[in-house]
Amino acid sequence: MSVTHDTRIQIRSPASSAQRQAARGWPDLNNPAAWIVAVILLIMPLIANGFFLIEIFATTLMLGTIALSLMFLAGYGGMVSLMQLTIAGFAAYMVAVFGTSDNANISLGWPWWLAVPTALTLATIFGTFGGALAVRTEGIYTIMITLAIGAAFYYFTNQNWAIFNGHTGINNVATPHFWGVNWRSDIPFYYVVLAIAALCYFGVDYISRAPFGLALQGVRDNPRRMAALGFNVNAHRVAAYAVASFIAGLAGVLQVWNYRQISPGSVSVGACIDILIIAIVGGITRPIGPYIGALVFVLLRTFALDFLVKIGLDGNRFRLLIGLGFLAIVFWSSDGVIGLWQRWRRSQRPQSDRPNGGRGHG
Amino acid sequence: MTRFVERHPAWALIVIIAVAVVLWLIFAVWPPGLEDAIGRKRVFLNAVFNGITLGGLYFLVASGFTLIFGLMRNVNLAHGSLYLFGGYVGYAISASTGSWILAFIVAFILTALVGILLQVLVFRRMEGQDLRQTMVTIGLSIVFADLMLWACGGDFYQIQTPSWLIGPVELPLITALKSSGEPVYLRYPLVRLVIFLASVIIGIAMWLALNRTRIGMIIRAGVDDRDILAATGVRIQIVFVLVFALGAGLAGIAGVVGGTFQSLSPGEDIRFLLASLVVVIVGGMGSIPGAALGALIIGLAEQLGSVYIPTYAIVVTFLIMVLVLALRPQGLLARR
Repeated sequence: MSVTHDTRIQIRSPASSAQRQAARGWPDLNNPAAWIVAVILLIMPLIANGFFLIEIFATTLMLGTIALSLMFLAGYGGMVSLMQLTIAGFAAYMVAVFGTSDNANISLGWPWWLAVPTALTLATIFGTFGGALAVRTEGIYTIMITLAIGAAFYYFTNQNWAIFNGHTGINNVATPHFWGVNWRSDIPFYYVVLAIAALCYFGVDYISRAPFGLALQGVRDNPRRMAALGFNVNAHRVAAYAVASFIAGLAGVLQVWNYRQISPGSVSVGACIDILIIAIVGGITRPIGPYIGALVFVLLRTFALDFLVKIGLDGNRFRLLIGLGFLAIVFWSSDGVIGLWQRWRRSQRPQSDRPNGGRGHG
Repeated sequence: MTRFVERHPAWALIVIIAVAVVLWLIFAVWPPGLEDAIGRKRVFLNAVFNGITLGGLYFLVASGFTLIFGLMRNVNLAHGSLYLFGGYVGYAISASTGSWILAFIVAFILTALVGILLQVLVFRRMEGQDLRQTMVTIGLSIVFADLMLWACGGDFYQIQTPSWLIGPVELPLITALKSSGEPVYLRYPLVRLVIFLASVIIGIAMWLALNRTRIGMIIRAGVDDRDILAATGVRIQIVFVLVFALGAGLAGIAGVVGGTFQSLSPGEDIRFLLASLVVVIVGGMGSIPGAALGALIIGLAEQLGSVYIPTYAIVVTFLIMVLVLALRPQGLLARR
């Protein structure tokens, strides 16, 4: 008995130290699948035409980045916030208000390099303020309060004409032109979106292993113990909201450049919940999850109509499809598509993993 | 009450003065200077009455929500869908049979059945997993919303008010004095007053049932500690099903009420979900008196806000929520 016990420990220890090393470095660097995905994303303009490039991939990356900010809060901070889209929408509105648009009486006409940082700062402040309210409560209360904030913002944009121009929103928002490039034309815009999504992805990945991220995960797992260790629990949570708000704000700026307009419909409660669906369907334990979820969501949203009509159903039932898919994911997997995939890999592993582990031991 | 006065004398004084001012505003004949400053008294009184009756409607929705949360720790984000479902059922019944009362009964029974199905088929399987339950209710609300859109379309429906409730009544409240010195009394739709009275009666009945009956004692014990309650031999699953059915049925009744004095359309489910969220956040989660107080505050704030500061009405509601969260995060009347 004791012998088997010892061997088990010996087998495990190199594996766990390897894991720890991987956790300290960039885990994606030695994963071939990650490199393949990166290369495909980089040469995407050669493969895909304008429709796929913007409507599918750029939209996926933008929605994925908003969902990433939710994943950061939910996965590392244990706070499910439904107001991430609201923060993105706020940033988008601010770009429209400070930048140039058709509504000359509202837009201040600042150049983009001034309007965008202002919008990001304000969105971060807005999100941090909302977060400071939300951290006064825990768990499911957080969902309710952030949902209430999101809904209040939606109704406010509908009613306010002085800044948000009511339910018509702000149209024809100017997009940046510099260095002789129109950054809203398909290919440059795709690369801008890709660069920002990558920045956010690696940023979240980095923070999750930095002292702040580790402390945040400690707060998620046991706030009282972290408080006893001398960490300011609420400050960490509010700081997490600030980081997430900045990420959501970046995605919001991209969104307003993409659609060139912003209206209350873009920040509706349904859209806020869509972000939650994206994050949950993709999986909220790893930063890649939201992007997978966003891809599934965008593909469904774009092609469900054709698909439903083809199999003889009413094409308008797209949301039913989304809802049922979401229910199925929540029912069968606690960690979305990633969880399903990992479970599938684990079921494959007993044949392949043991000799591998033995080699490492030898 | 006396304990509140002893512990917070300053707050008690402020509350008493505020109540006195409001009573004076309602009952006194306004001096001309005041009418010049904030408008006619009739407008004010109408806003107050609309706010109180809207509060009654909010209470009906939110009391079911807070009851379910209090006992099962289940944030039922599909509650708005139950509201809308009850409204559509009530519309179908009242349009086919012409009976308003029957609409209430059928809407209550059908939404209660949906609630029982939800509890038995869905929530019992994931007991104690708050977050997962919440996610499931979000998924369900999306599915329900789309099914109802499929079945009823995007039109507006309004439930016919029964003929014996149509028309205004004169209330013994003076809105103004005619130049001859003759008082003008406030006229207000009878149906809204009846509905408000009904929601007060339902609220009192719920309070009595919770505080004076055996089943109410079991439910209160379950709110405090459901594990110990289950350990003492109470069949807690049956209590859960009952409470869920009652909460859902109340949402159904509220749907018929809302369909009578407002209208039913896709999107109303989210509006009332938001309203009940704010109401229970302000009043205190899981507390029936809290839901009543919260509903009254939010209803009044919404109506007075939309009369006096029209563009920022929603902000007033939101500010109240922020204030409560900042000063008393557990809600005004919550115990913990």
